[in-house]
Amino acid sequence: MSDEDEIILSELDDEELVQQMFDDLYDGLKEEIEEAVNILLERGWQPYDILTKALVGGMTIVGHDFRDGILFVPEVLLAANAMKGGMAILKPLLAETGAPRVGKMVIGTVKGDIHDIGKNLVGMMMEGAGFEVVDLGINNAVEKYMEALETEAPDILGMSALLTTTMPYMKVVIDTMVEQGVRDDYIVLVGGAPLNEEFGKAIGADAYCRDAAVAVETAKEWVGRKHNQKSA
Amino acid sequence: MPLHDQSLTEEGLAPTGQGRVLLIACGALAREILDLKALNGWTHLDLTCLPAKYHLYPEKITLSVRETVTKHRARYDQIFVVYADCGTGGLLQKACAELGVEMVSGPHCYSFFEGNDRFAAQSETEITTFYLTDFLVRQFDAFVVKPMGLDRHPELRDMYFGNYEKLVYQAQTDDPGLTRKAQDCAAFLGLTFERRFTGYGDLATTLAKL
Repeated sequence: MSDEDEIILSELDDEELVQQMFDDLYDGLKEEIEEAVNILLERGWQPYDILTKALVGGMTIVGHDFRDGILFVPEVLLAANAMKGGMAILKPLLAETGAPRVGKMVIGTVKGDIHDIGKNLVGMMMEGAGFEVVDLGINNAVEKYMEALETEAPDILGMSALLTTTMPYMKVVIDTMVEQGVRDDYIVLVGGAPLNEEFGKAIGADAYCRDAAVAVETAKEWVGRKHNQKSA
Repeated sequence: MPLHDQSLTEEGLAPTGQGRVLLIACGALAREILDLKALNGWTHLDLTCLPAKYHLYPEKITLSVRETVTKHRARYDQIFVVYADCGTGGLLQKACAELGVEMVSGPHCYSFFEGNDRFAAQSETEITTFYLTDFLVRQFDAFVVKPMGLDRHPELRDMYFGNYEKLVYQAQTDDPGLTRKAQDCAAFLGLTFERRFTGYGDLATTLAKL
């Protein structure tokens, strides 16, 4: 692109800028996203609006194109990295401005598994959707999950695995929750490349989530249902 | 007929029509199976391979195995599937049971080359290990660098491999050239290197029973 064609973000109006952010997220341009977030803040946008209308809006397009086989993992990672740049600016401001909280999730990759790309994407998209996320990281034993459930009191437990050899460990965690009589206190969502819906049902999870976008939708739906049950 | 890794990756391998037992295998195992066949005089075995690139899209393995079994079953006395679970999450095992054919035990080729029992025993101490076989060393660009976008975006390397520590090259053969290439792969990924000679492991003992 020549200098004449270069887009000056600060010269775009709000609508054009948000549209440009969608494009820049899609192209994984972290610095441009950070610049655009700062411009919108200077223009008086609420952090929560920037997060939902620009960043999550853009990542939703990325998620759809990933699901439809138009984008692949490398492009999604670059987009996620760009979103992370924007989130880093917004996160402290969101805490200050008291953005609405949809629910709380504890998430971690199961014991024996060090793969965290999917988990990190889910965590980020959940945060973007207004969930508080407590990330336990990788290689989590059942004790770690149980301790986090007790101390964090989340609405949702999310477990991730990439390996055929480690995914059965999710059942160990769920069985322990049943034994301790706390299974029904939480929504349990599972995900990871070798999993499928049938596996999710067989181990006693509430839902299997194919990708980060599905995880967010499923989490919202289940949390809504839980709240309705409580108020009924 | 000479084998080309590129065509094993993209297209697979057609059966010759000779032999009463058909092996339906991953293209990544073609050389090893043909070597074992020649070494042991297993003329009763015929081989067809699905594209090795399905390694990257495990959902395609089950579907393609189903189609291939159906296509060839009338021609052979027995069909054996030379895939382990290979990321299908139990779906391949289920499909094989429905089709009435057997398959290799274990989670994946890294496991059966090493020997499933041994691999399982050391799995807890090797969770930060990334494995390559002879085929995957030769096809490192096609299976790791390009699909992960590391050629275009080397900055993604640590997002993929940041939790790994070591690359183990499971050598099926003694090939100094491949060992050097495997060392380069480890350096490229920022991992320490270990060469572990496995030979054909459980692949040999499994095929010997057919």
